[in-house]
Amino acid sequence: MIVRRYLLLASAEFRRQSTYRLALAAGISANTVFGFIRFSVFYAALVGAGGTIAGYDRAQASTYVWLGQGLLAGIGLLGTHEVSERVQTGEIAIDLSRPIDLQLSYWARDFGRAALMIPARGLLPVIIGAVTTGLAFSSSLWAIPLGLISLALAVSISFLLRYGVNLISLWTIDVQGYTSLYMLLMSLLSGFYVPVHIFPGWLQVIATASPFPSMFQSPIDVMSGRVVGAAALRVVGVQLVWTIVLAAATRLMLWRGSSRLVVQGG
Amino acid sequence: MAELVSPPTTDLVTKRESYAILLASRLRAQMTYRSSFWINTVNSFFTGVLEFVETYVLLTNTPTLGGLNFAQASLVFGLANLGWSIADLIFGQTDTIPRYIREGKLEAFLIRPMPLLAQMITADFQLRRVGRAFLGLLIAVIVLFWVHLDFNAATIYLLITTPLYGAAIYGALFVLAGGLQFWIVDGSEFTNSFVYGGSYAGHLPGSALLLPLRVLFTFVFPVTATAYVPCLIMLGMDGPSWLPAWLGWLPPVFAGWTWLLAAVVWRRGVRHYTGAGG
Repeated sequence: MIVRRYLLLASAEFRRQSTYRLALAAGISANTVFGFIRFSVFYAALVGAGGTIAGYDRAQASTYVWLGQGLLAGIGLLGTHEVSERVQTGEIAIDLSRPIDLQLSYWARDFGRAALMIPARGLLPVIIGAVTTGLAFSSSLWAIPLGLISLALAVSISFLLRYGVNLISLWTIDVQGYTSLYMLLMSLLSGFYVPVHIFPGWLQVIATASPFPSMFQSPIDVMSGRVVGAAALRVVGVQLVWTIVLAAATRLMLWRGSSRLVVQGG
Repeated sequence: MAELVSPPTTDLVTKRESYAILLASRLRAQMTYRSSFWINTVNSFFTGVLEFVETYVLLTNTPTLGGLNFAQASLVFGLANLGWSIADLIFGQTDTIPRYIREGKLEAFLIRPMPLLAQMITADFQLRRVGRAFLGLLIAVIVLFWVHLDFNAATIYLLITTPLYGAAIYGALFVLAGGLQFWIVDGSEFTNSFVYGGSYAGHLPGSALLLPLRVLFTFVFPVTATAYVPCLIMLGMDGPSWLPAWLGWLPPVFAGWTWLLAAVVWRRGVRHYTGAGG
C-alpha cells in the first residue's frame, strides 16, 4: 500500500498543524484586519472609477478580497525553508535514503497542512466578509467541485514552486536571496495585492506567462464565478499544465542536484 | 594595600560609548559578507517598490483614490514609507522577542546592565533596511517636482517633520507590539494587525479607509498622522469625515500618545516576564 504511506504523512502533518491553536487565532485576527483594509482601498478605487473596474463591482471586489484573505495561509503564500535547511544540515541524506519519494512525501505533507489551514484559517474571514461587506458566489453548481479541484491544484503549484526554490540549495547553500526574490515575484504576479485582471497590459502579459496567477487568482476566479463554464474549465486546464510542468521540473532538479550533493561527517 | 584603594587604571566605557561599540561591531559583521549585504539591501528596496505597485496599479484604473490623484497618493506613500523604514531600521528587532522568549535567550539580556530595549535595538541592527528608507526618500523627492505644492514655511516644516514623527509613531507601535509579546508568545501574529496593518493603512490615503478603520487608525493607532493628514494641509485639501485637515498639525500629540501607551505596556511586559529557568 504505497498510497497509505502518503496518507499517513498527510494526516500527521494535519495533526501537527492543529496543535498551535493560539497562533491560529492570532493569524485569523490579523488576516481579518488586513481584509478590511484591502477591501477599503479596492472599494475606494471602485468609487473613484465610477462603480466597476475590469468587471469588479462591490460584491465581486469583496469576494476577491475575503477569499484571498481566507486562502492565503492554506495555499501557503508565506514560504517554507524546511528542505533547504535539511540540505544545509545534511539531514537531506537521511530523507533520500528512505524508501519513499522525496517530492511526493513533502507534497503529501503540504496537502495535510492545507487540509487543516484552509478550513481553520479560511472559514472565519469568509464569514466575516459575507456578513459585513457581502460576497458573491458562483451560481453554477459546477463551481463547487471545480473550485475544489482548482484549489487543490493551486496548493500543488504553490508547493512545487516553494519546493523548487528550496532545491536550489543543492547548488548553492544560502538560498535566502532566491527565497526573497520568489516572494517578491509571487506576491506581485499571483494577484495577491491586486487582481491580475486590473494590471496594466504589460504587467498582465508577464503575469499570465508565469505560473503565479494559477496558484492564487485562478481558484478565486473559479469559486467566485468570475469565470464559468468553458472558461472555468480552461483556467483549471492551465493550472493542470503548470502542475505537470513544475512536478517534472522539480524531479529533474532533484535528480541533477542530488548527484552533486556532498554531506559532511557521518 | 595601596593598590586596593587606587582608582582603576583603565576607565570603564561610558554608556554612550558602549552603544557605539555594539553598533559598530554589528555593522562590521554585516559588511563582512558584502555580496549578501547588497542582495539584502536591494531586496529591501524592492519590497518597498512592490507595495508601491499596488497604489500604482489601482491608480491606472481610477483617476482618484480617496480623492487623491496618483502624484498626491504617491506623496502620502513616500512620506509614510520614509517614516516607517526609519522605525523598522531602529525598532524592527522587537519582532524577534517571541523567539528570544521561546529559546530562553531573554535572560542573557536581562542580566546585563543596560536597558532591555536598548539591547534589542543594538543586538541585531540590520543596516540592509536602509534600502527601504532610500525608496521612501526617492519617491517623496521625485513627487515633489510633480505635485503642485505651495512652498511656504508651513509646507517645508511639514515635509521635514512628518517622516520624523511618522518614525516615532511607527516605532512606538513596534515597542507596543514587543511589550504585548510577553503575554502572548505564540500568538505573536495578533500584533501584526496594528504594526504591519498599521503600516499598510498609513501608506494609503486615509479617506480610502472605511469609516471604522479610519477612526481606529487615527485615534487608537494614529498611522494616518504619519503622512496622510499632514499631506492634506500641504495640498490645501479638506479631510474626509472624522479626519479634519487641522489634525495634520498634531503628529507630536499622536506620537506622544503612542509612546505613552508603548512605554506602559513595555514596562509591564518586562516585569510580567518570568524566565523558564535553566
